[in-house]
Order: sequence, then C-alpha cells, then structure tokens
Amino acid sequence: MEEDTRDHPFAYGTAASTLAARNGSSRRLTDDEFDRYSRQMIVPGMGKEGQLRLINSRVLIIGAGGLGCPAAQYIAGAGIGTIGIVDGDVVETSNLHRQIGHATSRIGMTKVDSLITHLRGLNPLPTYISYPTHLTPQNAADIISQYDLVMDCTDNPATRYLISDMCVLLCKPLVSAASVQKSGQLIVLNCPPTAQGLVDGKYAPCYRCCFRKPPPPSSMVSCGEAGIMGPVVGMMGVAQAGEAIKILASALHIPRQVTEDVPETNLQQPTLLIYTYDLESAVGPYSFRALKMGGRRKSCFACGAGSTLTLEGVKAGNPNYEQFCSIPTSKANLPPEERITAAAYHAAKEKGELPEHILLDTREKEHFSLGSIEGAVNVPFGKLLMKAASIKRGGGSSTDLLPIESSKPDTPIFVVCRTGLDSQETVETLKELGLDNGGKRKIVDVVGGMRAWKQDVDPSFPFI
Amino acid sequence: MADTSETTTIPITVDFSGGLEMLFDSKRRHSISLPATDGSGKPANIAFLIDHLCRNLMKDPRAELFVLDNHIRPGILVLINDADWELEGEEAYEIQPRDNILFVSTLHGG
Ligand SMILES: [Zn+2]
Repeated sequence: MEEDTRDHPFAYGTAASTLAARNGSSRRLTDDEFDRYSRQMIVPGMGKEGQLRLINSRVLIIGAGGLGCPAAQYIAGAGIGTIGIVDGDVVETSNLHRQIGHATSRIGMTKVDSLITHLRGLNPLPTYISYPTHLTPQNAADIISQYDLVMDCTDNPATRYLISDMCVLLCKPLVSAASVQKSGQLIVLNCPPTAQGLVDGKYAPCYRCCFRKPPPPSSMVSCGEAGIMGPVVGMMGVAQAGEAIKILASALHIPRQVTEDVPETNLQQPTLLIYTYDLESAVGPYSFRALKMGGRRKSCFACGAGSTLTLEGVKAGNPNYEQFCSIPTSKANLPPEERITAAAYHAAKEKGELPEHILLDTREKEHFSLGSIEGAVNVPFGKLLMKAASIKRGGGSSTDLLPIESSKPDTPIFVVCRTGLDSQETVETLKELGLDNGGKRKIVDVVGGMRAWKQDVDPSFPFI
Repeated sequence: MADTSETTTIPITVDFSGGLEMLFDSKRRHSISLPATDGSGKPANIAFLIDHLCRNLMKDPRAELFVLDNHIRPGILVLINDADWELEGEEAYEIQPRDNILFVSTLHGG
C-alpha cells in the first residue's frame, strides 16, 4: 500500500507534528528525499509511511557529548524533520576521542553549534534548532513541549530526573542512556506516553519508576574522573537513535487515551540494556544483557496515583533536583588554616619556606602516571578509604596509611587531588585516625587540586 | 524429599556490573554455594543473600557502597534471572538452585 490512509484518532498531543503524523503522509517525497532515504525505506516495516512520519517528527537531544554526538548523527541521517539540541558546554580537546560530531577545528565553539555544523554536512534537509544552554527546571517545559520525543544524553542524575519528570508531565516518550568508564545502559521510558496518575492498567514506567533514588554522591563517578571508552558510550548513543527512530516510524510516541484498547507491546515493560566492556578479556562473556523491567509504579512520585508533581511546581523549584541528588558543591568545609592554594604552596616551596613534608596525591594511579608535583606520593583515594576503614576496625596502625615510614610524628602532610574535593575528605579522614597527633602535625588541603595547579602554577601540566 | 539440614547449600551465580565488581575482588561473576536456610531456619531469600555477600564475598571494607541501613543502597538494581527484582518480590524472593542474581549500579555519565 503506497498511500497512508491510517489515522490516529486518539492523538491529542500539543506539538504541531502530532497533527502532521496524522496527515503528513499525504504529501509526496521530493527527489532528494527519495534518493537519500531509499535504503531505509525499503526495509520491511519502514516504507514511505514510516519515512514520512520521521520527516514530520521533532526530536530533542539533550546533551551534545559522548551519547549525543553519535545519536544525533543517525537521527539527522534518518531524516527526522526537526532536531533540537541542548548543551551549555564548549568543545574541548579531551572530548574528541568520543564526541565524534565535533572537530579539532571547532575547539572552543559551543557544542550545540559545532554538532549542528557537522549534522548539516551530513544532511541539510532537517531543521536544526540550537539551545546553547544547560537544561534547567526553569527552561525545561518551554523547550521540551516543542518536541515529540526526548533523548536523554546528559551526564548527571539531577538533569536525568528533571528530564523524566518533564516527559511525564508533557506526555513525551524518553529514550535514556548513560555510560561511564567501561559500562553502558539504555532504556526506553514512558512509551507509549500515558497521562500522569493513570495506574489502573499496564502502562510504561518513567525514570523514577525504574530508578527510585539516585545513588549517594560519594558512590558516583563522572566520565571526567573515571574515564570513558569512546566505543562504549558511542554504542549506547547509536542504540538510542535506533530506539527513537523505531518509536517515531511506528507512531508509538503518540499519547494514547485511557479508553483505547492498547495493543500488547513490550514497551510497557521495557528492556534495560546493559553493556560491559572488559579491557582484560578479548571476548568477554555476557557483555550485553537485556533485563526485563517493571511497568509504571502506583506509588511513583512523578507518574503514580496522587502524584503532586506539576509544571508550575517544577518551575518554582519543587522538587529540588540538586538537593535530591545532593550534588557536591566545591564549597570549602575545612577551616582556612587547614588549606593552602596551589599558588601559595608553589611559592613557599620555591622560596624554601616549606618544612620537610609529605605530599599525598590521592588521584587514581592512571592520572598520577601522566604527571605529578615533584616529590608527591600517590595513594589513590579509594585505596586510602579502604585502608582507613580497616584501620578503624582494628586492622593495623594509622601510620600504615603514610607512605614514608621514617616520617616524624610532626612532619606536615599536604594533600592534593584532582579538583579539590577528595583531598578535603582525605584531610578529615587522616585527622579522624589521629594522624594530626592532637594538633602537633599539620594536615593541609591543597585548594582546587591539580586543576588549580595547572591554572595558577604550571599551564603545561597535563591535567585530565 | 529435600535435605533440610544446615549444611545444605544452593548453587547460584552472582554477577556485579556498573562498577560494583570493584567491591568484590574485581570479578564480575562469582559462583557460590549459599546456605539453603538462614540462621532461624527460614529459606534463603535475597535479604539473606545480601547479608551473606557482605560477610563472605566483599573484599572492600566500604560496605556502604553496597548496603545502607541493612538494605541495598539506592542506585543499585537487583535482577533475578534477568528480571527486575520488584517483579519477583524484592528482598523476600526465595532463592532457587541455579538462580542468577545480578547487582548493577546505575550510571549517569554520558
Ligand atoms: Zn514513574
């Protein structure tokens, strides 16, 4: 059947494209479109009908990084008609091993403009809309309401919960992925979209249904600290595009009415895909796993029965996403006498004013191996905490924590880390273990860590 | 039929993913023999397994990265034979021979 005569009588979304998804297929494809999309149109199940749905769709990609770049390339290539991209960062050299929609020549450009430059080269037909800003509770509704489907390509839990809540309130399907170091995850949420509060049937879950609470900040690592393999995050981004294209081509993004007899689809109980990439084994077993998740939770804070979540509330700061995820702030919690700036440490050392001391560097050994301050001794933060815990349980002496056995009980200790958070916790930990000898030994945090060292002392330092 | 003596164990595999393997000797898969009953003679369930793992398998003293107030910490999904544990009764699920229990930490990077 060439012409699309199917209708979606239950569509009631606000986006103009929802209407278009109903009526748009009456138009012909241009010659350029026909040429460009022919290889995907002849795939069984896709056809001209599916292609026209893609052309009439609006997709929002939040995050133009390791997930967003590969996702956006396939979204643009497939001919999604309108593509919005949200990101407040600029392109840095350290992004390029994985954020392959940017370029060396565009370092310093906003990520949104850089990625759109790349996408236009790939496919000039879609309309690209740039939002060179971070998504916030204040701007989220205005942006997300303009689209049919949202792709979460962000890198922090507070924004992830915000995006999911907005997708519940605005009835948008959400394709969510995440990746750190050697692992990736992918899940399709709120699809087909169902109005908030409906729980008397089988409905798709939201992000909060599946991930009720964020992990405590102490257990979270970012790509900046833990590292990330390009193909791992890339694979998850590509898979996100695949899911989004499938949903839009099949019109699964159109909100359904309660009374509609919803056909059984596996999306109501989504699959969580997890990918584990093992650098130690060539052919890792169980690298990909498809896990069966539950449907909408009656008690869900966002989409469940009696939910108090509203658009107005979110805009006014309720719930407080930052607090919910308690993002650690860089605010100092140590008194000034227990801190020294990187510049002051350097100056004192140059002038020979520093007494004999121990300089502990608590970064991971991979970071330390790329460069360190002269004389620094590496004790990775995780290992230090492990040792400290076993000492507290009665296993050994607190001086075992110190690398230099011969140090006198009043030899000062300076602690430096990557950005100045772990070092403060290290100072606290060493004091708890009594290593300050009742105040006789000074234990001092180097403010801002190696990042400040590069910024204020040695611009050539290889900070990553 | 079944031997209910205290020495009876259930063979299962326990997997860790998303960084949790770091707490368990950096090994992603462990084959273990779980006592078939807990201290009070009740069949071993997930809550008992979590306690067992903390006591016998965890190499890292940072137990708070795995459990918080005797429950699995927020941000860790528990999968019983590849299905979310809420589909199976969460902590109360009684463990069967050859079950696969996966603990996966949710990721947020990108
Ligand atoms: Zn929910």
